[in-house]
Amino acid sequence: MSAPFGRRSSVLLSRRVVGRYVVLGTADELAVAEPGQFYMLAAAERWGGGEGERPFLGRAVSVMRVGDRGLLEFLLEDVGPGTKRLCELEVGEGLILVGPFGHGFSVPEEPDTLLVGGGIGIAPLVAVQEAWGGRALLGFRDAGHAAGAGLFSEPTVATDDGSIGHHGAVTELLDRELAARPRPVYACGPPAMLAAVNERVRRHGVPSELALEAPMACGFGACYGCVVATVDGYRRVCVDGPVFNGAVLA
Amino acid sequence: MIEFCGLTLRHRVINASGCFDALAGARVFGDRLFDEFPFAAYVSKTITLAPRDGNPPPRLWESAAGLINSIGLPNRGLGAYLEDDLPALARLTVPLITNVMGSTPAEVGELVAALEDRPQVRAIELNVSCPNVATGLDIGADPQGLEALLEHVRPLSSKPLIVKLTPNTADVAECAAGAEAGGADAVSLINTLRAVALSPGGAAPWLGGGSGGLSGPAIRAIALAQVSAVARRVAIPIVGMGGVGCGRDARELIDVGATLVAVGTECFRDPAAGVRIERELEAAFAQYAG
Repeated sequence: MSAPFGRRSSVLLSRRVVGRYVVLGTADELAVAEPGQFYMLAAAERWGGGEGERPFLGRAVSVMRVGDRGLLEFLLEDVGPGTKRLCELEVGEGLILVGPFGHGFSVPEEPDTLLVGGGIGIAPLVAVQEAWGGRALLGFRDAGHAAGAGLFSEPTVATDDGSIGHHGAVTELLDRELAARPRPVYACGPPAMLAAVNERVRRHGVPSELALEAPMACGFGACYGCVVATVDGYRRVCVDGPVFNGAVLA
Repeated sequence: MIEFCGLTLRHRVINASGCFDALAGARVFGDRLFDEFPFAAYVSKTITLAPRDGNPPPRLWESAAGLINSIGLPNRGLGAYLEDDLPALARLTVPLITNVMGSTPAEVGELVAALEDRPQVRAIELNVSCPNVATGLDIGADPQGLEALLEHVRPLSSKPLIVKLTPNTADVAECAAGAEAGGADAVSLINTLRAVALSPGGAAPWLGGGSGGLSGPAIRAIALAQVSAVARRVAIPIVGMGGVGCGRDARELIDVGATLVAVGTECFRDPAAGVRIERELEAAFAQYAG
């Protein structure tokens, strides 16, 4: 389905804090997003004038949840001038939406697909699990971030500092699951985690879909700034992804 | 309607090369993009003879009121442009301007000549921000070199030739004069300003390509100065660009001598920026006339 052309003004309808994250709720009456798709988000007011006179460009943010009547939820963490401003937004303030962009996850072949998320990368997997089910394996830095696991049904959690759940990497949870029963893996998280997940799915010969993150200026294929190396050369994360078959990533 | 180098355009606002991709846009926004095209002409990304992968990522750095990019002109080369892109671009409802770059006059000549029998290409923009392999300087930074380049390619094309000037030179007006003397039909400026971003917390360059080009509102005042200087020097029409984000910005470039205005980085923030800026420009003119 095509995205509506141009940017639209929306309003923040809900905001709640989940540990170190903020869940922003808004509505897009013109489009229905699929799990894995993203929007370019900006605040309608005071977008710019932060640290280093930033932000200037919109920020690519995965859709975390798609509700009835175009309701949308996004998961954010304050990690820079753009996400900081978005996290500060209060209910009733203006939000600018462009999207939804990219091709998302495909309908899983089996209901018990492994959903491997790391940090803020858990966001699109919330939408995947709500749409199609799946077993969530989630890795976080610490307990403050691990509060994000509460967005899932029956998650298994690992933390780097051992404060909650398994003490270690989420890929160790993945090793156990794949050893018990090899099955498809959907994943999203930081580049090092995705590389480790990709190494394992290749070793086990299971299908995988990996949602990548890359800094991008536009989100719709114009700037060529968000490329990732694949076996076919550089590909744009925004229009050729953000979800890629793990086998094509170089 | 606006006359520009023999083309009749619906209005004065076009896209800057490399800042809007009509084919990717149609994939994302649907075919109606062609029916409601946001610009009065479509300027392609830079096409080179051989395919180019572009620079290694990271390719972008958001700076103060702007963007530093080091994309590296990725494209599938002239052959694929002629075979695949031109037929797909037949759905365009506005004139097509093809942007080309070569590292020698012979290469530029080959590109220009290959477009000659393609009526679909209504004008050619020459990207002269390519380093001269002999001197290491941008071809477009040297007025004599530019004049020689134009003298070489001018006889090879009956189409309007627009020279996209580089701002990374001591005297852009002198370069514009060189392009005009060599037979250019128009000049477009400004291209991005050479810029560097360092990795957070380190002294290493952030961009995979080492350095990049700065664009966005941060360069608008420089664009005004350079367009103004070029307009005082040459008689050929000017496509003004550099940090245009609204109708007032476009109006200012026209006030100092631009015939058309191109929108670049603002397209990244708003794919429909061309429509909005054209509307705001109309309003700005109406206010002035009233």
